[in-house]
Formats: sequence, structure tokens, C-alpha cells
Amino acid sequence: MKYIALIYYDPAQEPQSGASMNEAYFDLNRRAVEAGVLVAGDALHPPATATTLRVRGGRTETMDGPFADTKEQLGGYYIFDCPDLDSALAWAAQIPSAQVGAIEVRPLIVFE
Amino acid sequence: MSKEALARVLAEDRGRLLAALIAGFRDFDLAEDALSDATEAALLHWGRSGVPDQPRAWLLTVARRKALDRLRRAQRAGAASPTVALLAEEFSSAETPEIPDERLRLIFTCCHPALDPKSRVALTLRTLGGLTTVEIARAFLDSETAMGQRLSRTKAKIARAGIPFVVPGPADWAARLESVLTVIYLIFNEGYAVTAGRGPDRVDLCAEAIFLARMLNEQRPSEPEVQGLLALLLLTDARRAARLDAGTLVPLDAQDRSLWDRGLIDEGEALIEQALTRRAPGPFQIKAAIAALHMGDPVDRAQVLLLYDSLLRFEPTPVVRLNRAVALAEVGAPEAALAQVEALAVDLATYQPFHAAHAALLSRTGRLKKAAQAYARAIDLSGNEAETAFLRARLADLAGNLTKKEAEQSSAQVQQGGEDT
Repeated sequence: MKYIALIYYDPAQEPQSGASMNEAYFDLNRRAVEAGVLVAGDALHPPATATTLRVRGGRTETMDGPFADTKEQLGGYYIFDCPDLDSALAWAAQIPSAQVGAIEVRPLIVFE
Repeated sequence: MSKEALARVLAEDRGRLLAALIAGFRDFDLAEDALSDATEAALLHWGRSGVPDQPRAWLLTVARRKALDRLRRAQRAGAASPTVALLAEEFSSAETPEIPDERLRLIFTCCHPALDPKSRVALTLRTLGGLTTVEIARAFLDSETAMGQRLSRTKAKIARAGIPFVVPGPADWAARLESVLTVIYLIFNEGYAVTAGRGPDRVDLCAEAIFLARMLNEQRPSEPEVQGLLALLLLTDARRAARLDAGTLVPLDAQDRSLWDRGLIDEGEALIEQALTRRAPGPFQIKAAIAALHMGDPVDRAQVLLLYDSLLRFEPTPVVRLNRAVALAEVGAPEAALAQVEALAVDLATYQPFHAAHAALLSRTGRLKKAAQAYARAIDLSGNEAETAFLRARLADLAGNLTKKEAEQSSAQVQQGGEDT
């Protein structure tokens, strides 16, 4: 099964890219590749760079900022290919930002 | 005759049959539907040709066939299911199947921390306890519709999120076991609370919880926390007959000990002693040991206080702090206990036992007016009639003392020339 691990963090709190944080992410990436579970993973630029749009009545409304103006924001994601939720949760728990933010794990729908 | 035999098999083995079916098909709904198909078939066949030699195996074989029928029908209707042939082959190889005991895997799945706590309780009762949705709804004062939806959502999450059907490995064992034990404890407490509006149609959740704890103890013997939980439930249940008198709650130290169930106490004490020799203490063992001590005569209050100190290390919660403070008062330090209880006022503002304990300590240290206020608050927050009756009786005693004290004070004031005290 494929799972997405959405990384939420508080932009006001977390050091954006400390050297040790990067080191920890590189280490996780390496191990996840070796274990054959890493499908994809990316870090996002900060919420201030986000643009949100809606199409209503054929018109595109564009707005500055992220979709939800909450304290904790999406900062990145991983997609893991794991046999079950327990295994996906075990990988998600190793995401360095789990120590300061929160990780939401959700199964991906597979269309056959 | 055959109807009773069927009822007996189901009462004893429904959970085991369901667990075996879920293990085979990995589908809660299919397993439940297949088992009820098999039950219908049993009513028909057993009535006609007698109860089979191995009724459990008969039910499992028929339920598996019925499940395969359902899968094949679904397949014809267009749903792809390449596993049907495989499963059919696997099951046809054994005509009288050994019934694998998959209940341990099932309870870990039902109590998975990725599920909402109330849903864990409901699903465990539905699958392993064998309660109907209506019975579970009644037990939690929910509507049948709401409970049905909750169960469906939970089963859907297990399937879609890929919650595995496994006994957790050593790395996760302790945390996952705690989740299972907590679910069983919640079921017991829900049954033990004498809730208002509880009718004769309400199932005995205490018995369900003890059944589940026994099952777990059989599946994983010598697990100290499992023994601790079972001991705690047995020791608490042993006092059931003594804790109410004419609809009023009777506190432990005032209970008629001849009403306690000696058999359950012996079993509980043996379990907790066995568990403690393994020197792997945990919250349930400590709570059971406290329950055992409270039933001693005389009660070893100093030891109770020490055990609450240990419990605090596992559960540093306001509720445990409250209980520890009460134990401190019992060893003769009510003033210190009162100060500790009052420090919890914000955290436990809406917790009835906090106000009851606060009231008792205020009363004991001679602060009668404040005690009356605290009892009134406890009565406001009380969720059941037996508890309310007990608190009202305490408040009435207090009011009696208060009037007496006021009368004495006012006559003293008159004698002293009406000084403002």
C-alpha cells in the first residue's frame, strides 16, 4: 500500500533548515531508499510563497497565501510504499519534523 | 434442543469463530455476514438432522462457504477479487477444520491506537464480546443509528488505512498492550458505574470486560500487566453486592464484608501476587495491589500511600494526585492532604470525585461551611442516583453539625458580649 505522510510544522517555531535537521532528513532518505519504501518526498517553500485559487462560474479567483490560515502548516511530504499502516507509522515516526510538528499519515487510493 | 446448542456454541465461541473468519478473509463485514448466514443454516439443519459432533467446526466450514458464495456473487457483479479461487482452495483442503485461535490478533486490531478510543471499545464489544449493535448503543446511551455508523466507519478505516491483523512485535508490544488493557478497563468501568436510566435490558459490561481480560490472560499467560488488569477487575467486581444499600452508594470502609465474593478475591489476590513476583511493575498491577490492600483488615494505609507514589511515576495525572492526597489524609495528614487537593482545583473543576474528596477533607479539618459548598458542587456534578444519595446523606450530616456548631457559637458570642468572630 502507498501512504502519504504530510509534514505539518509551525513556521514561527521551527528553525527552517538547521544543519542537523538537514542531516537527519538525508539520513532518513538514505535508509528509506535502501529499504525500498521511498516512493517520493519533497520539502515545500514556506507558506508565504503559496498561492490559492478557486474556479467559480468559469472565473479563476486567485489569492495570496495558503489554503488554511492555521498555526501549523504543510511543510513537506513523503510517499512510502509499505505493507500496512503499522509499517507506515514506523517510517513516519522517523521524520525529523515529527519531533517538533505533526505528521498526518493517509493511505493513497489506487485506481486499478 | 438444537436451538439451545446453537446459542451455547455462539455464546462461547462467537468471538473465536469471527476471529478465524476475519483472519481468513480480512473483512469484518464479510465475516459477520457469513457467520450469521451459517447461524441461519444451523437453525435449519441442526433442527432437521441433529446437532453435529463438532458444532464449532461445522459453523466455521459453513461460514467459510457462505463467505465464498458472497465473494463470488460480488465478483459476478463486477468487483474484481482474484483471491476467491485461492481462498476456496485453501478452505476445501480441510473438511473439519482446526479452528485457529486468532482472537489475540483480532483484539490488537480492534484496539489499534489509530482508531478513536470510543470506537475501539465499541468494535471490541461487537467482535470479541459478541454484543449486538443495539446492546452496545444502549450501554453507551447512544442511538442505534449513531452506533451503527460508528462501527461502519471504524471497520472502513481498518480496511482502507491498512491497519494490520497482527500481534505487535516487541518494539510496539508495551504501548499496544496498554491500549488493549485500557479498552477492557473502560468497558468494565462503564458497567460498574451505576448510571441513571440503567434498565434490566442493559447488558452486563463488567462480565464482558472480565471475559475479555480472562481471554487475554489465556492467550498471553504470565504477562504481568494482563494479570494486573484481571486482578483489578476481579477484586473490584467482588465488592459489587456490597457497594449499594437501598440505592445509596456505600464507601469501601463502610461495606458489609460478608457480602464480598471470597472466590473472586482469592483469585484476584493470587493473580496480583504472581504478577508482582515478575518485578515488572505497571499501572494495572499497582492499581490491583491498592485494591487488594483496601480490602485488608485492617487496611495498611502506609503501604497504600507508597503504592500511589509508584503509580504517580507511571501516571502523573491530576486524578492519581487526588487519590494520593486522599491516601495521605488516611495516614493522618489531613491538612497537608487538603492543601494538595486544593492545588488540583483548576485541573479537576468538573470532576465529581474531586469535589467529594475536597468536601470530606474540609469537613474533617473543621471547615464545615466550605465543606457544605463542596458537597453541593459534587451533587451537581454527580451522574448517578446512588452517588447522589450518598453525597446528600453526607451533606445532611454536615448541615446537622453546622447548625449545632452555629448554635454553640452564637451562645458563646452572647456570653462573650457578642464579639465578632
